[in-house]
Amino acid sequence: MSDSTAVPKPAPEPVTQLDEEFWEQCAQKGLYFQRCTACDTWRHLPRSMCAQCGSTDWEWAKSSGRGHVYSWSISHQAMHPAFANDVPYAVLIVELEEGVRMVSGLRELPPDQLELGLPVEAFFEDGGENPPVPWFRPRT
Amino acid sequence: MSLKDRSAITGTGETDYVRGSQRSSSELMLEASRAAIEDAGLAPGDIDGILPPPGGLCAEELAANLGIQDLRYSATVRMGGASPTSALQSAALAITAGVARHVLVVFGWLGYSSLRPKPGVRSEKLDLGAVERATLGYYLPYGASAPIQQYAWIATRHMQTYGTRREDMAAVALACRQHAQLNDRAMMKGKPLSLDAYLESRWICEPFKLFDCCLETDGACAVVISDANAARDLAHDPVYIMGAAEGHPYPADDIPSRPEIFKIGLSHATPRALEMAGIEARDADFLQIYDCFTYVVLLQLEALGLCKPGEAGGFVADGRIELGGEYPVNTHGGLLSQGHVWGLNHVVEATRQLRREAGPAQVQDAEIGVVTGWGDFGDGSLVVLRR
Repeated sequence: MSDSTAVPKPAPEPVTQLDEEFWEQCAQKGLYFQRCTACDTWRHLPRSMCAQCGSTDWEWAKSSGRGHVYSWSISHQAMHPAFANDVPYAVLIVELEEGVRMVSGLRELPPDQLELGLPVEAFFEDGGENPPVPWFRPRT
Repeated sequence: MSLKDRSAITGTGETDYVRGSQRSSSELMLEASRAAIEDAGLAPGDIDGILPPPGGLCAEELAANLGIQDLRYSATVRMGGASPTSALQSAALAITAGVARHVLVVFGWLGYSSLRPKPGVRSEKLDLGAVERATLGYYLPYGASAPIQQYAWIATRHMQTYGTRREDMAAVALACRQHAQLNDRAMMKGKPLSLDAYLESRWICEPFKLFDCCLETDGACAVVISDANAARDLAHDPVYIMGAAEGHPYPADDIPSRPEIFKIGLSHATPRALEMAGIEARDADFLQIYDCFTYVVLLQLEALGLCKPGEAGGFVADGRIELGGEYPVNTHGGLLSQGHVWGLNHVVEATRQLRREAGPAQVQDAEIGVVTGWGDFGDGSLVVLRR
């Protein structure tokens, strides 16, 4: 199996302008989600219109980074060569306090100790050649 | 205007299903198309509608290869693996509206060989369609770019919420494998599977082990849908489309943000298709359920209303989904044990059953069957067929 340093981790591949802005803020170590300025509903993935009220007015609002584990998977076989040395690794769905859910990775806990509702918090680690992205670890 | 009984499956065609074809997906699709048209007792020039899958040969290329000089209708349904089954709805629409008379639905791919590119051979890439943005933009950076890793989120939550067990998923794998033993066209014929072997197999992505996963397959499959009036004069007894519907989860292009993670496309499609057909799901004599992974069959049984949410594990126990049971599922072996042809092989098998040509896998007195599709992040379709 190849050394993990041989294949760089894939950076996010933004498709839209909104994707770019989301990851640009992450690169500055800030976790921001869209919040509708008409009805205050938070949303993620980033979208042009609020599905609750139809408004196209919104702002990037800073998340507390606090949430809980909504679900997870534990990969034992790397589907991308960059993760070959990470198996088994967990990929989480985290539900943030603001109500949005996002996909992220788990740190500082063995995957087999995951449970529904586990309190977690976001932190940023430098991703080598890639800009920082948010990860989650247990919080007390 | 209802689509009920206005169109019928009149021809089916399949290539061999193999690991490692020497041929291109285009050649495979054309072989299956010719076979389906011939099976219907038609000539290629009789086909006036084509519904090709996303990726691979487009309608215009198919028409040019097949010598179809007057193509009146073409469309591509973009619902990942649910596309071919959903295309039956579009074919029925076009026929009922009088736009087309004989519509070809075809799918083919190198689902095995494209993952193992050979030097000097042009590799064939998959079109990610509507799920590309979330997959590459938000899941891939954490190493969750494959469907198995994404459906696992739904499965884990289901297991944690309802106590669904690995043994429940095993019931699906074992039923499909058992049915494949009766099917000369099944890749897993001659390779029976025991519960112990299933449970001891290696993890791919928890909660899925090796035998929870469908087969990487090179192959193609095609069906001809005809106007019901024209169908009666063709080579076989028509298999009528009683009901057809597609459905999408909300939102369809992202899994984590769903308010109801167990509500899938099929949850929306089921009441529409069943109402059109005028039946309940329990009236079906067999179920061909899209089985890219064992667990999604459990979720679809719940979406079909055959059991309550969270109760599919108990539902599949005691041989209920095996031939001879109350609801035989995937009587050809399914994607898990026949081959993965995006579920168009489920439509072919349903047709075979309703023509009473299913050989040792024949469901006795089969009158009505249902076929589901599943694709992308849980898009779904349901087709109700009768003889």
